[in-house]
Amino acid sequence: MIRLQDIAKVYPMGERELTVLRGVNLNIEKGELVAIMGPSGSGKTTLLNLIGCLDKPTSGSYHLEGREVSRLSSDELSQVRARKIGFVFQTFNLLPRLSALANVELGMRYAGGSDPKRALKALAKVGLSDRANHRPTELSGGEQQRVAIARALVKNPPLLLADEPTGNLDSHSGEEIISVLTSLHAERGITLLMITHDANIAHHCQRIIHLKDGEVVSEETV
Amino acid sequence: MKKDQLKKWLEALETAWVGVVTHKLRSSLTILGIVIGVAAVITLMSVGEGAKAQIISNIEKMGSNLVIIRPGSFTFGGVRGGVSETLTMEDAEAISKQVPYISAVASSYSSSLQLVVGGENMNSQVTGVTAEYMQINNMKVASGASFSEEDYQRGAKVAVLGANVAETLFGNTSPIGQQVRMGTIIVHVIGVLESKGTRFNSPDDAVYIPLAAMQQAVAQPRTPQGGRVVSSVSLTVSDQSQTQNVIDDITSLLRTRHKLAASADNDFNIMSTEEIASTLSETMGTLTLLLGAIASISLLVGGIGVMNIMLVSVLERTREIGIRKALGARERDIWIQFLIEAAFLTFAGGIIGVVLGWVIAYLVSSMGLMTTVVTADIVILAVSVSIGIGLFFGFYPAWNASRLNPIEALRAE
Repeated sequence: MIRLQDIAKVYPMGERELTVLRGVNLNIEKGELVAIMGPSGSGKTTLLNLIGCLDKPTSGSYHLEGREVSRLSSDELSQVRARKIGFVFQTFNLLPRLSALANVELGMRYAGGSDPKRALKALAKVGLSDRANHRPTELSGGEQQRVAIARALVKNPPLLLADEPTGNLDSHSGEEIISVLTSLHAERGITLLMITHDANIAHHCQRIIHLKDGEVVSEETV
Repeated sequence: MKKDQLKKWLEALETAWVGVVTHKLRSSLTILGIVIGVAAVITLMSVGEGAKAQIISNIEKMGSNLVIIRPGSFTFGGVRGGVSETLTMEDAEAISKQVPYISAVASSYSSSLQLVVGGENMNSQVTGVTAEYMQINNMKVASGASFSEEDYQRGAKVAVLGANVAETLFGNTSPIGQQVRMGTIIVHVIGVLESKGTRFNSPDDAVYIPLAAMQQAVAQPRTPQGGRVVSSVSLTVSDQSQTQNVIDDITSLLRTRHKLAASADNDFNIMSTEEIASTLSETMGTLTLLLGAIASISLLVGGIGVMNIMLVSVLERTREIGIRKALGARERDIWIQFLIEAAFLTFAGGIIGVVLGWVIAYLVSSMGLMTTVVTADIVILAVSVSIGIGLFFGFYPAWNASRLNPIEALRAE
């Protein structure tokens, strides 16, 4: 599913350069549930952004479902994101002026067009069909994150990426979100990558990848 | 495929609508700039069009297919100097006999005379006219009668007054049958002309009598060759398409009769109503465009306002753009979204501006301040210019938005 070879990411910082990733090699099979852990500044988010085609590596190659995507144009990357990748962010990133349903529809908007029925089904899947017409501000943090999950999944992407999905939630809502994500993974066989600081959450996953200073330092299978 | 495209556009329109509606105050202020600009364009151009329509209708009141020949050469920017006594009744007769496509010819001789009625007196242009002059020049009586064939032949001492002259001399009493002394003769008023409402050289301020009567009031000068001098020859062209040929024929005939050398300027001047109308309407068209151009400055300022707002809007919605990009929006999707939003604002402003401009033009017209005419051209121009302004001034902000890096955009507050 995902094959990273010698991936490096270097940011120019004026005269100097900031190396965030140095030679990451990683294989993730279809249907895997993987946690990425590491101290802050270890390059977790940068790695996830690269895998999510939001960014391009400075060097190295990245094959997604067998296709080399590390040299695509920004519009081509947009299309890859539209069809293959769902994102769940720490800060939810819902559009505040749209209803929960409209936010979910937005997930399909650039992947072939909206369909309110499918959006409603996705909301029901995360247990929020009765909140369809509420705005994000009228929802709890846990509910907002569930809307965000529905938005990510409504287009049926093969790959779901979550960047600390429980980081802004209390532990109870956090557990709910993790159970929603793991059950989706179990039902649909979706490939799920999740950044987390929480070892308990990481132990719901099949594999834990530890990053440090831009390198994979260890991998453990749970 | 076609249905998908339609759906995409509808979604983009809906997004633009949501963007506009969620910032009501800001959107209305932006729209206001465009509204004022478009309304100004519509109002000013309608004033120009109105002036044009009025001038054309005044010229048509002079009579259609009318050609007027006056003595002297026309000098632009200067006054026709002195009294030119080059045009004669004999010229008029020759034109009538030799030039084709002419249905009627009349001559007139004018002089400024003192008019006296009881205690009232005034100076007026008295014009002695030959038969058919009144018809050729489209002069209709509002009350009383015009001259009869016999009046012309006998040189009857009867007069037809211009509307203003009648008003000044007789006030509210009817002038018909009253006597007016002019110079050495006394005439009976038999009719009053319809008011033409024109200002320059208006028949409203003149008095008409048969030419034969005029000859008894003042001596009609003669040229050295013995021709009887006239102030003007007017004629009707029977076929409007031949107007230019008629003018050319008259020119060469008169040059021959006046024995002008090939290098000499004409000692007469020929005008046709058609020509005057087209010259004036061209001039007024330029004026209308000028007025529109001046008003467009406010439209330009409104457009800059739109650009300003769109730049702020893009900045404010950086995170939204990041989210959309993460969900797979291409650059095109983003810039179309913002472009439609800008065009939407200016289109709405354009429509409201057209209505407002129309209302103002109507009020100006109905209060009698100025004649205004709103033409379809003006409306189409104003609306398409306003949409164009939206696209033009929305392009840069939209392009800015589309180029945002999704990761940085997502990090924005």
